Amino acid sequence: MSEKLVDAMVRMREPEALSLAAKMLNDGVHPLKVLEQCREAVEKVGKQFELGKYFLPELVMAGEMLKKISAMAEPFLKYDAEDKTAGLGKVVLGSVKGDIHDIGKDIVKFLLDVNGFEVHDLGVDVPPERFLEAIKEVQPEVVGMSALLTTVFESMKNTVAAIKDAGLREDVKIMIGGGTVTEEVRAYSGADAYGKDAVAAVNLAKEWVAAK
Amino acid sequence: MLDRYLNVSPDADRKQKARFDKWLSGENIPFTDPDAAAAYRERVTLIKDAIQLKKTPARIPICPSAGFFPVQYAGVTMFDAMYDYDILTQAWKKYCHDFTPDAYNAPTTIVPGKLLDILDFKLCKWPGRGVSKEQQYQYVEKEYMKAEEYQDLIDDPTGYFMSIYFPRIFGSLKSLEKMPLLPPVNEIPCVPPASLPFETEEVQSTLKTLMEAGKETGRWLTAVRRINRSIMGKGYPAFSGGFTKAPFDVIGDTLRGTIGVMMDIYRHPEELMEACERLTPFMVKSGVASCKAAGHIMPFIPLHKGADGFMSDEQFRTFYWPTLRKLIIGLVDEGCVPQLFAEGGYNQRLETICDVPKGKTVWWFDLTDMNRAKKTVGQVACIAGNVPLSLLCTATTDDVKAYCKNLMDVAGRDGGFIFSTGAGMQGAKADNVKAMIDFAKRYAGG
Repeated sequence: MSEKLVDAMVRMREPEALSLAAKMLNDGVHPLKVLEQCREAVEKVGKQFELGKYFLPELVMAGEMLKKISAMAEPFLKYDAEDKTAGLGKVVLGSVKGDIHDIGKDIVKFLLDVNGFEVHDLGVDVPPERFLEAIKEVQPEVVGMSALLTTVFESMKNTVAAIKDAGLREDVKIMIGGGTVTEEVRAYSGADAYGKDAVAAVNLAKEWVAAK
Repeated sequence: MLDRYLNVSPDADRKQKARFDKWLSGENIPFTDPDAAAAYRERVTLIKDAIQLKKTPARIPICPSAGFFPVQYAGVTMFDAMYDYDILTQAWKKYCHDFTPDAYNAPTTIVPGKLLDILDFKLCKWPGRGVSKEQQYQYVEKEYMKAEEYQDLIDDPTGYFMSIYFPRIFGSLKSLEKMPLLPPVNEIPCVPPASLPFETEEVQSTLKTLMEAGKETGRWLTAVRRINRSIMGKGYPAFSGGFTKAPFDVIGDTLRGTIGVMMDIYRHPEELMEACERLTPFMVKSGVASCKAAGHIMPFIPLHKGADGFMSDEQFRTFYWPTLRKLIIGLVDEGCVPQLFAEGGYNQRLETICDVPKGKTVWWFDLTDMNRAKKTVGQVACIAGNVPLSLLCTATTDDVKAYCKNLMDVAGRDGGFIFSTGAGMQGAKADNVKAMIDFAKRYAGG
């Protein structure tokens, strides 16, 4: 049945996926196992996205199905099993100062999360100081900055500079992204890489964490 | 009437000609001297020839999108420009005077801040109201329309907007939720109940708020018209006039929001498509009316959710394109030239969007491959674009000039091209803007 759940989710059959998950939980399948299947399904959806076969609607739907099934699994989860995996790595994420857009950032957050990263989301309109505080506190391997407006490339540059001035530049890899961000902006800001979409962000983070 | 807006009407050519003639005539523009009048007509003719694809224009018209660049260039804040119409006026005139692009952008995107205050507008945060005084206004993503409200929207779009949507997006207009349905008011006994809401204090106060809003808009528009007349009077036409949107974007941008509409593609596909159909005539009519009011021919149509990456080609062809195409046909039927501003990349859509009547649209590209655009859409439509903002914001003047040269070589050969930027120029370096416009003019032979 678990393969069926993965399949239903990957094929965007929401009602079927939800009823399969409910049945598995009621039949006594361990809730973490059910959630593991969901994670696998989201990963497959991400692969399809990378291949150019799936797009935003599918990423969003995968996230929605995962959210609903997580809520269903919640009552079955006993608190003894705070079985949180150590995680692949830590990422500090935010839309830079001056920009209040969050759609792109939230999709990156969701995919990083599903892929096993511990994500610290600083929200939107995040000034350099808050990035610095979070880096000191969380000690992430990766910092992600998001922007949609062309007027905040300067904010990205300033944030990278602030990280450097604080002597933390060597400790983190910095990735940037957003609708208007390109390689030119990457070079201008002094970030390590830019990702053209959310899957690219996950791949960058994985690559960097593996190289550490 | 599902077959409405599918084929171009036989009257379209005649109407387009009449609109071009009117735009070209420059009637009512207070030209400073005969040379300015002649220069105005020359510039309109360049754009007209580029659009119609009948002959190669005398040279490539240079029409960058100013965006909010004039505000930063004048050294004033966005707050000042939105709240002080004299400051707005000075900033706009300075930009046009210093850079002299062939066509300018009317300052109508710098909406009056006081109006938004009066209405307690909820869709955006704007300078001094949620974002810093230096920053531009920004949309707040949210589900302003609930998924279960599709049927209400489909049943009565006007009623839905007035009594459900407006009370949500305008804090000061909450009492509009008391407005009666209009079609039932058609017999003598229906008149008293329909007028009853206007007896309440809340509704009366809402009406007063609307009067105040109207007055403020009037003050702003007086300033905007003065700016327009001054710039046009020196020989420069506006690049666009009027505004409308693709029906899918109406729903996806500010009704359901990005996430909402993406889910609706799976959860409410039929209702989504029907709602797009229902909104189409509204978007045609408002595009025509606003274009006509501006005395122009090109209503500006920013395209959002159909860009590469947002959806698959099949989803684009199913959900986005059918009603956008109807909007295009509806506008063309009335003699307008839809100015389709494809934000982001449109590389995956080029084949599909070729299905438009020849010589009657402008496709303005951002991050699209202009070489491919020229070979596809460029055969049936004028293409415009696409100096990237990332370049204008971060690169050197030499990089900018090199990009412009290549762009004009690739997209500009044999006409059918308007030189522009990929987006509004906010954040661009002034040196780069200057280098771009000066180089493009020189290279075009202007």
